Amino acid sequence: MGAVPRESLRDAYGKALVELGERDPRLLVFDADLSGSTRTALFGSRFPDRFFNVGAMESTMMSMAAGASLGGRTVYASTFAVFAAGQAYNFVRQSVAYHHANVKIVATHGGLLVGADGGTHQIGEDIGLMRGLPGMTVIVPADAPTTRTVTFAVAERTGPAYVRLTREDLPTVTDGSFAVGHANELRAGSDLAIVAVGSLVGRALEVAAELATVGVSSRVLDLASVKPFDEPALLRAARDTGAILVLEEHSVLTGIGALVAATTSENYPVPVRRVGIPDLFGESGDAWALLDRYGMSAERIRDEAWELLKIRGKVQ
Amino acid sequence: MAGSVPDERIESLQATALEIRREVIRMIFAAGSGHPGGSLSVTDLLAALLFEELHVDPARPEWPDRDRLVLSKGHAAPALYAALALRGFLPREELRTLRKLGSRLQGHVDRGRLPYIEASTGGVGQGVGMAVGMALDLRLDRRPSRVYAILGDGECQAGGTWEALMAGAHYRLANLVVILDRNGFETDGSTEAILGIEPIADKFRAFGYATIEIDGHDFRQILGALGTARATTDRSTAIVARTVTGKGVSFMENTHVWHGKAPSRAEAERALIELGVPAAEAAL
Ligand SMILES: Cc1ncc(C[n+]2csc(CCOP(=O)(O)OP(=O)(O)O)c2C)c(N)n1
Repeated sequence: MGAVPRESLRDAYGKALVELGERDPRLLVFDADLSGSTRTALFGSRFPDRFFNVGAMESTMMSMAAGASLGGRTVYASTFAVFAAGQAYNFVRQSVAYHHANVKIVATHGGLLVGADGGTHQIGEDIGLMRGLPGMTVIVPADAPTTRTVTFAVAERTGPAYVRLTREDLPTVTDGSFAVGHANELRAGSDLAIVAVGSLVGRALEVAAELATVGVSSRVLDLASVKPFDEPALLRAARDTGAILVLEEHSVLTGIGALVAATTSENYPVPVRRVGIPDLFGESGDAWALLDRYGMSAERIRDEAWELLKIRGKVQ
Repeated sequence: MAGSVPDERIESLQATALEIRREVIRMIFAAGSGHPGGSLSVTDLLAALLFEELHVDPARPEWPDRDRLVLSKGHAAPALYAALALRGFLPREELRTLRKLGSRLQGHVDRGRLPYIEASTGGVGQGVGMAVGMALDLRLDRRPSRVYAILGDGECQAGGTWEALMAGAHYRLANLVVILDRNGFETDGSTEAILGIEPIADKFRAFGYATIEIDGHDFRQILGALGTARATTDRSTAIVARTVTGKGVSFMENTHVWHGKAPSRAEAERALIELGVPAAEAAL
């Protein structure tokens, strides 16, 4: 992956938010004492009157954001994923989702790539929690260009949204094209489908390229739009390839793998294997070393791909 | 009481605190990330508790009648780890493993990995609730143990903190002491600029706490307040300790910039020299 440049998703978000603020003079932004980390500080210094850094009170921030949106404003609220989806869950549920409030929760620091802050600051449950809320749009961008597009796209769509970003810079793997409800096919292929989100899309492409060198053709789908998700593209991949490998930096219990397995088994059953965070809390450590330690190494992904190809009789 | 603490004890605590501060700088430098500002502000409080006030025994960290300490502001972990190491709860060499994969020294304090960590904290606003629960448990069992929770001022913006304080007052937990590390800063700036918490001592009083305001870097005042708390038998005590974020390192003092940032090698060495380490030994 050395050749692929890495960019900050958080920077892309912060810059896009400033542009949005210029376009929509009524747009508000909330943060909970992490505005430097989430990059909402960029909006805050440009539009101080429309920026509310409420301090370390994520739960109430969600209620305030919901209340402020009900008169017709678009409101963004940012903090780390563990506080947005975890700490504030029932405030997001009742104040934001139950009201179908026009609040865009952009949560940074999803997954294990939080690194050294450790298990209390990492979260592998947020996508499952947010996807379970009726009416909530859930998006997991894989890189900075998609983050930029997504920041605008969720504003276009009335109602609540949850966007999960990653702390670490990620390889730029898309041209930024994104539409809610559409999967992005990043590589065509017919032997195996790799469905990935967020930080693992880069690894999906890496492994697909490696498999190509031994004659295996892999399709790579970036499922950035988790809810609504592109069921036709998923079922097409199931039909065309007959085997799906899911990669996510999220708990395998409640994440994209569970979604893919349920959808295929109801409509077109094929073998599905899940690579993601096992049923464990994280811990402190170097961010990328944690991904390897918790079962998301390129090697593990390759092994799982190989298992699927064996099941399908495509390799010995 | 404070007046009776001999000068040598005060001097010894000062020396211990200085050593803790040096370790905080070395640890966070070695880790490459961490929270120096709030670790240095809470150091004197931790030294007074662990080296004077708390009934604890490093040889028996799980002694049932021990006093409990909950560091609600779990990001100040380096100061607590350093204090525990100096007090004999863990080997001093292990401090260098802070935040590394596989280390017992997690980025935020983590119960179960190290002796005498009573509660895992990290997300702010939950430590007082844990402490209230512990105090209820200990009182039901008629244990002499007392529970001390250390709270950050940014944490006072978290609703959970006030729910827990209300509960502590309601249950008249005389075995509970809440200590506020009032250093004036949090991640993005000063607490009063972001979301003010003053008049904080009046708030604790209104919530039913025997409230004492002290200079959180003056050991006589710290020990005096802890002594008064121990003698208070009808309700919980709140100690508002006015402190300085980054205390002891001039360029880290009174700014939010060092809330959650590791010093570079040059900055760490400068900090160590300011903390009295001879230049020849300050090299990292
Ligand atoms: C629930 C929660 N929200 C946000 C954070 C991120 N965070 C870490 S420390 C901090 C500020 C806390 O300020 P304070 O208690 O004053 O800490 P101190 O200055 O004493 O280090 C914040 C917002 C967190 N750890 N937990």
